[in-house]
Amino acid sequence: MGEPGTKELLSLEELEASGMARSGRKHVLSILVENKPGVLTRIAGLFARRGFNIDTLTVGPTDDEHISRVTLTVDGALHPIDQVTKQLHKLVNVLKIRDLEPDDTVARELALFKIAVDGPQRAEVLQICEIFRGNVVDVTRRAIIIEITGSTDKIEAFEGMVRPFGLIEMMRTGEIAISRGRSET
Amino acid sequence: MRAVDAVMECLKAEGVDVVFGYPGGANLPTYDAFVDAGIHHVLVRHEAGGGHAAAGYAKATGKVGVALGTSGPGATNLVTPIMDAMMDSVPVVFLTGQVRTELLGTDGFQEADILGITMPAVKHSWMIQHPLEIPRVIHEAFHVARTGRPGPVVVDIPMDLSRADIPYEPVTDVRLPGYQPTTEGNVKQIRQAAKALAAARRPVIYAGGGVISAGAAEELTEFATSDRFPVTCTLNGLGGFPAPHEQWLGMLGMHGTRAANYAMDEADLICAIGARFDDRITGKLSEFAPRAKFIHIDIDPAEISKNVPAHIPIVGDAKNVLTKLVNEYRAVGADPARLEEWWQRIHEWQERHPLRYDDSEDGEIKPQRVVEALYEVTGGDAIVSTDVGQHQMWAAQYFHFDKPRKWLTSGGLGTMGFGLPAAMGAQVGCKDETVICITGDGSVQMNMQEMATCAQEGIPIKVFILNNGYLGMVRQWQQLFWDRRYSHVDMGQYPDFVKLAEAYGGSGIRIESKDKLIDGIRQALDTPGPVLVDVRVTREENVYPMIAPGAAARDMVG
Repeated sequence: MGEPGTKELLSLEELEASGMARSGRKHVLSILVENKPGVLTRIAGLFARRGFNIDTLTVGPTDDEHISRVTLTVDGALHPIDQVTKQLHKLVNVLKIRDLEPDDTVARELALFKIAVDGPQRAEVLQICEIFRGNVVDVTRRAIIIEITGSTDKIEAFEGMVRPFGLIEMMRTGEIAISRGRSET
Repeated sequence: MRAVDAVMECLKAEGVDVVFGYPGGANLPTYDAFVDAGIHHVLVRHEAGGGHAAAGYAKATGKVGVALGTSGPGATNLVTPIMDAMMDSVPVVFLTGQVRTELLGTDGFQEADILGITMPAVKHSWMIQHPLEIPRVIHEAFHVARTGRPGPVVVDIPMDLSRADIPYEPVTDVRLPGYQPTTEGNVKQIRQAAKALAAARRPVIYAGGGVISAGAAEELTEFATSDRFPVTCTLNGLGGFPAPHEQWLGMLGMHGTRAANYAMDEADLICAIGARFDDRITGKLSEFAPRAKFIHIDIDPAEISKNVPAHIPIVGDAKNVLTKLVNEYRAVGADPARLEEWWQRIHEWQERHPLRYDDSEDGEIKPQRVVEALYEVTGGDAIVSTDVGQHQMWAAQYFHFDKPRKWLTSGGLGTMGFGLPAAMGAQVGCKDETVICITGDGSVQMNMQEMATCAQEGIPIKVFILNNGYLGMVRQWQQLFWDRRYSHVDMGQYPDFVKLAEAYGGSGIRIESKDKLIDGIRQALDTPGPVLVDVRVTREENVYPMIAPGAAARDMVG
């Protein structure tokens, strides 16, 4: 019998207020895992059970073929994040977790933008692309594809600049992150 | 050697003497291996019964339980026992058959993604990808189930892989780089805890199932009696401290004693050991133990500060930590006289609010009386399993446990249908003990079919049904909190349990009046083989005292 077990009506406002409060702090978790089937499901499942929405998720190989790195970003209040990292540690296939401090971390994301360009707009888009140090990777008569690498902020800024020209499509990889200095992430 | 024969060798190497299982298509190879393996296999009547039996065996013996099922429905029938074992930290290895690899993902006959289905319910799980992995994975499974905070694991073996011919070599060590439980406990933290305890004026020890899992009951008693610390246990901690005892407050929580709950409420220091501050313990979290600081000893770091922030966290095995804590505490040297005032307060509560019920004036049997009578007749020397509901709470309140591993109950998940098969498993593991199941007329019907297993195997469990013809706990809540609008809680007097017991090949006894109670219990205990006792009790009796849902401990009612 779950609480509240009594018969009083619960208002929707009350229900929503009792949900977890979210802080604005973005967390970048860097997780080393054994390269085994099902590991990603286990990790994602833990976040889902705690009511966390994973904002971005990248998985890739490391210099050791038996080990992969998962980098994910979430928005969470400090306390529940602590619970999630402790729960993650309990997963047998998880080797190491770091909740990266933004100031001590270099984080990069790659994005591809497909932008509609007709006639005179093309030059302007190319100019913005140059300012953002993007690469043009495909050009056709009516569209252009630009590749941008950088922090999330930079990519979002670029998006803001080119959207008015007619953004057909955008794809982002999600961040990967590495700690600054000599120590391993 | 066939891979399945290697599985048998691994089971034997792990010291497995019994498994509870059910055959089917996908685990035919495994069952063929049982013919020559020399491992006792108990053929259950439903996989859920087998899973709970393995848990009952594990809880009673301290060893790892093993349950088997085939693929698809065999595996999904194990989901409830798996989750149950997860919630109560019971070490059980579940071995499931799986369809052959070429059928995986094709919705093949009796295919179920049991790894996916059970992922949030296991400590860890494996699907065999290659037959050569099998011996290593089986040993890893036992290692993970048994060590650290114990729990259930699943090993899923596709049928074709289990028939492979593999070279078998005994596995001697398990290497799991991502799994390194902390067992020792930080010495500085332990010293700090000792100091805090020595300074406390109103301390309480709050012990949970972790004390039982760690085999730390003796250490807990030594620690508690190294001073005059009051001790309370959770439902799953019962038996961790010898009750009755002058320092024993009784169980705490929703249906705990007032003395235990009031002591928590007024404590200045609570030392939690292998307990997890479940909502049934804390009541309204914001008003839980408002004056207390917390020492929290647990082997699972994720439990620390999960619900209640710990001031002195100690991650480690309860046995190790308590051994060190006693030494540190003795070295600090506290004055027991400082607790005099605290004990006076506690004694006041104990005298004013003992556990009590109004006995009937006629022949009607009060359910609480049945539990008391069972305690009297057995002298407390029995393993007791329960199901879930009112009878479970009365059993926890009125039976007293002076040793660990005598009390088997589904605490976390609250699984009706746990009691009878758990008793069966415990009896298989503890042949010379008296094993009793205290159950209700609702719960017992959820895994009733295992009476057939008990009859066939000659497993002499004694099942006492506190029969009130109701789903009593739900009825109690409907009465107290839903204006007595009884909705679908009346079970009537179906089935006839005496006839049913006989139909299963056991014995049935009915007790209908108070003056027949003691004799009826004696008769049941003296009857060989499995016995089902239908005790007709007061229909509308409530479990008290009670912390109402969402209320604080100091506002207990009843």
